[in-house]
Amino acid sequence: MNATGAIQDPVPGKFDPAEVRSLFPALEREVYGKPLVYLDNAASSQKPQAVIDRLVRYYSSEHSNVHRGVHFLSREATDAYEAARKRAAAFVNAPSEPEVLYTRGTTEGINLVASSFGPLHVGKDDVVLVSHMEHHSNIVPWQMLCEAQGARVQAIPVSDTGEIVYEEFERLLAERVRLLAIGHVSNALGTVNPLKRMIRHAHDLGVPVVVDGAQAAPHMKVDVQELDCDFYAFSSHKMFGPTGIGILYGKAEHLETMPPWQGGGDMIETVTFEKTTYNEPPHKFEAGTPNIADVLGFASAIDFLEGVGQNRVAAYERDLLAYATERLSEIEGVRLIGTATDKASVLSFLIGDIHPYDAGTILDRLGIAVRTGHHCTQPLMRRFGIPGTVRASFALYNTFDEADALVAGVRRVKEMLG
Amino acid sequence: MLANMTANGTIQERAHDIVEEFGLFDDWMGKYEYLIEIGQALSPLDSRYKTKAYRIHGCQAQVWIRPEMKNGLVFYEGDSDALITKGLVALLVRVLSGQPPQEIVEADLEFLDRIGMKDHLSSTRRNGLASMVKQLKLFALAHTGSA
Ligand SMILES: Cc1ncc(COP(=O)(O)O)c(C=O)c1O
Repeated sequence: MNATGAIQDPVPGKFDPAEVRSLFPALEREVYGKPLVYLDNAASSQKPQAVIDRLVRYYSSEHSNVHRGVHFLSREATDAYEAARKRAAAFVNAPSEPEVLYTRGTTEGINLVASSFGPLHVGKDDVVLVSHMEHHSNIVPWQMLCEAQGARVQAIPVSDTGEIVYEEFERLLAERVRLLAIGHVSNALGTVNPLKRMIRHAHDLGVPVVVDGAQAAPHMKVDVQELDCDFYAFSSHKMFGPTGIGILYGKAEHLETMPPWQGGGDMIETVTFEKTTYNEPPHKFEAGTPNIADVLGFASAIDFLEGVGQNRVAAYERDLLAYATERLSEIEGVRLIGTATDKASVLSFLIGDIHPYDAGTILDRLGIAVRTGHHCTQPLMRRFGIPGTVRASFALYNTFDEADALVAGVRRVKEMLG
Repeated sequence: MLANMTANGTIQERAHDIVEEFGLFDDWMGKYEYLIEIGQALSPLDSRYKTKAYRIHGCQAQVWIRPEMKNGLVFYEGDSDALITKGLVALLVRVLSGQPPQEIVEADLEFLDRIGMKDHLSSTRRNGLASMVKQLKLFALAHTGSA
């Protein structure tokens, strides 16, 4: 057992997807009498037994409120809760724990930045720069901010391969850009954006950068110091942890000057009717009783992922994606959407002129879970002139056999609908 | 194998025929292939009706349904850009079109369950079968009493 109270699963010395798979009870399920082939990991991943056990153990014997009680259980819960923060800080290599805020997930993290940090930086006629491939979660909060401030959102164009058009990015940066909000990995295309370079460029012009890391955290080692981003938001549920919890990393210099976002218990230092003074970060941004159980479950997910080894995961998934891409491309009429040189996890495609919804329905009946539609990236779908795609998204527990099952399923879809 | 799409008979009788036709297939694939075939056979809606006014919301695919009152009966035409959805539209049109509004309002569409398409009624499927049924019935409801 470690500081967060997680029981470590035995993790294989060498990366073996079959062995990793056996740690995930949901993957043993059958649907329609067929073994489940779960390829909807970009929407949400399944959970290893260790995460499930952690939640059960917390509620069975450790539950108490944090930062409040003098009693044993409360102290124990507070220690585990804060130890998990330390764990999360190390996970993204944050310089200090107070720079790591608990949120409900990526969406809440971005909204927190837009609400609290946004108005300090973005004023009338200013520009918030996003990319054309952003998830709605990284567009709408900025539109809301801009509406309130009389500013506007501009989108960096995306090429036919699904990559940032870099010259356009540089050109747009020269406008009145006060903030850049950019995804690390695109959920609809799988493109890994050249963040380090973009952040350096933005900083050269004094523009702070908010990163939507929802799709990166499950697939690669994230290092916020190396990236030098100002904020980095991600969700636990996409990286084998519980739903309803996520992290917002923010540089200390920003968190100190940002006003609190929500008021309530835990975020204050003293309250009087004349003047209330606020707690220090991170507590300043964590009003009310937090999601203690899921924080602990999340710490277990981090233990799991680091135990398996993120670099090994990345290498395995790269091979798997390359294999699936190659096999799928052999099928006549398959059109890949998103063919960037640097990609992670996502295989988005169309089969001839078969509607993605039809394809998804047949794949579902074959036991293959994919997502179809616009993937919360409507501007991007419009950019490609398509109603949506079929998206298979892989995680560390997916196998080459499952990639074959997908390919066979797509052939079946073609037979039935082509 | 495709049955006459403008069958006469009550809602019950038409639904019964559909259940019998689908009963010829004992696996899901046969049933879906038949549904796709039915969708392909549905005469397309004139493109001037493929507008917002006739669009059914809550569908991942685009769906349009155009209702019309004629001689006290409700007639429906419909279309979709996805074939499975179009097959479902065709089934609803076949069962409900040309029926008295009161019958449509009261129609029990459990035949969808009996042909193995009940999944599509669940709201999470986002194919909007549930919204289609609702729209069809709402139009009929607005015309009850005019028959
Ligand atoms: C790129 C990206 N950003 C943001 C989100 C939103 O994450 P959450 O729903 O966990 O807040 C998602 C999840 O779908 C995503 O893929």
